[in-house]
Amino acid sequence: MAGYVFLTPWLIGLIGITAIPMLYSLYLSFTRYNLLRPPEWIGIANYERMLSDPNFRHAVWVTLMFALVSVPLKLTVALGVALLLNRERRGIGFFRALLYLPSLLGGSVALAIVWQAMFGVTGAFNNLLGLVGIEGRGWVNDPDTALWTLVLLAVWQFGAPMVIFLAGLKQIPTELYEAAWVDGAGRIRAFWHVTLPMLSPVIFFNLVLEMINGFQGFTSAYVIGNGNGSPAGSTLLYTVYLYLRGFGNLQMGYASAMAWVFLIAVGLLTVVLFTTGRMWVHYGDGDR
Amino acid sequence: MATLTATDHPPTTTRRVRHPIAGVLRWAVIIAVLLVVLYPLIWMVGTSFKSQRELASNLSVWPEVFTPGNYVEGWTGLPGVTFGRFFLNSIVLACLVVLANMASCLVTAYAFARLRFPLRSLWFALMIGTLLLPSHVLIVPQFVLFTHFGWVGTLLPLVVPKLLATEAFFVFLMVQFMRGVPRELDEAAMIDGCGPYRVFWHIILPLSRPALVTTAIFSFIWTWNDFFTQLVYLSDPADYTVPIGLRAFMDAAGQQAIGPMFAMSVLSLVPVFVFFLAFQRLLVAGINTTGLKG
Repeated sequence: MAGYVFLTPWLIGLIGITAIPMLYSLYLSFTRYNLLRPPEWIGIANYERMLSDPNFRHAVWVTLMFALVSVPLKLTVALGVALLLNRERRGIGFFRALLYLPSLLGGSVALAIVWQAMFGVTGAFNNLLGLVGIEGRGWVNDPDTALWTLVLLAVWQFGAPMVIFLAGLKQIPTELYEAAWVDGAGRIRAFWHVTLPMLSPVIFFNLVLEMINGFQGFTSAYVIGNGNGSPAGSTLLYTVYLYLRGFGNLQMGYASAMAWVFLIAVGLLTVVLFTTGRMWVHYGDGDR
Repeated sequence: MATLTATDHPPTTTRRVRHPIAGVLRWAVIIAVLLVVLYPLIWMVGTSFKSQRELASNLSVWPEVFTPGNYVEGWTGLPGVTFGRFFLNSIVLACLVVLANMASCLVTAYAFARLRFPLRSLWFALMIGTLLLPSHVLIVPQFVLFTHFGWVGTLLPLVVPKLLATEAFFVFLMVQFMRGVPRELDEAAMIDGCGPYRVFWHIILPLSRPALVTTAIFSFIWTWNDFFTQLVYLSDPADYTVPIGLRAFMDAAGQQAIGPMFAMSVLSLVPVFVFFLAFQRLLVAGINTTGLKG
């Protein structure tokens, strides 16, 4: 029974900080509640309202665009750079560490502030474009391009998945490449028929992790979008909209309903990833 | 064979003779990527040291004359509250979270990794499940709960959950680590008459130092960078942490104060950078065991 003594803090947390609040938020999602007066039961009105709320639909669209573009792009860059760095050489550790640095800094308010300035009218990005004679614009002030600056900021943080890819690449036995080479495969075929299948568990792991993170981005969108998804709602990620409804308008019921829809969506996404993953992920030699 | 190796089909990872141009090209691409990645950081540091005049006229990344004026001006922060206060608040909060996470996650991990008790696999599965639970789902009901407790506007909502091992990532990291500690050590201690408490205290605790250090570093950096929960729970400017202070400073000063804003942004990243320099090996090892994010 000593087990339960050591488990007590975690169990209290699971019940008090996670399970009960989750059920409570399910209840709140069927109410109108502004913290000042007691919750008032309104049935599924919050959920119905979501369907007709143009801002909600817009936030879903922005979030999907953001995650479905930034995650594959980030993983592609991470894999590409990992392949370049996959050498037994002194000095590789130095490059690996420096490229990992943005993953530590990128989620901060400071970097979001820098990003906003960098892609502003007089920012560094336009200065660079000016050098090659292209006239820039206010990338963060234009509804057509603001979201892409967020995507770039996400891709900039490719270091963490890159480090995981590098570790995965080291696990691939050299004999496989030698066998492929004896069979007459070139670099490109060896990549498609040896590297990718052998790396697929790691790719899958990174994909699940980055997708879940991608849907939860908040800080950079909140700061770059000036706290309201501007310009013209183009950076209104789902989490930002949830925050605005809950803590800006004190619509705790609506925000709770949004939170539950979010939870179900992320859960479904995880299930879809795991189901489709079976088709392309190879675990060891056992299943061949 | 030897004639085939170099140019025709260079294998990807073996140490055979490789085409020299390919090697040069590889390093050229790596260095180009590195420059693109580091450019925003270099620009940030350079801009923070430019004078008001240079900010308007000098388009290059680096200032011609280094002026600390932006740092002096930015440090004054918001009316009545300096950045010194924000830094102090952030340091206090981060230290409390580090201690809370280390203690609570260690005891929880010990139970999962070493002790047998009913329903253990069910609890373990639930713990893994909470890893995937988005924090935004819980923010509203937790806020309501902590409002009822009268905790909003204090550090309690930011620290107490960590005392209850709600950071499942660290529990998982420590469980993985403890599985690598030889069980013979526990068994030898048991034969010598140690119970589970003394095994924990004399064997697991001292041997878990590396996992504790990793937890401490990541806890510190995550808390230092965290914006969402601090934004929700801190309302009085005197309680603001660095990220909240920076964001409020940006609102108050606007785009005109880009110099001071950059100066304070640079300062806010210094602790993370120092941790990175000191512990980069451990950080990289930490991501490899659990896929922890930065």
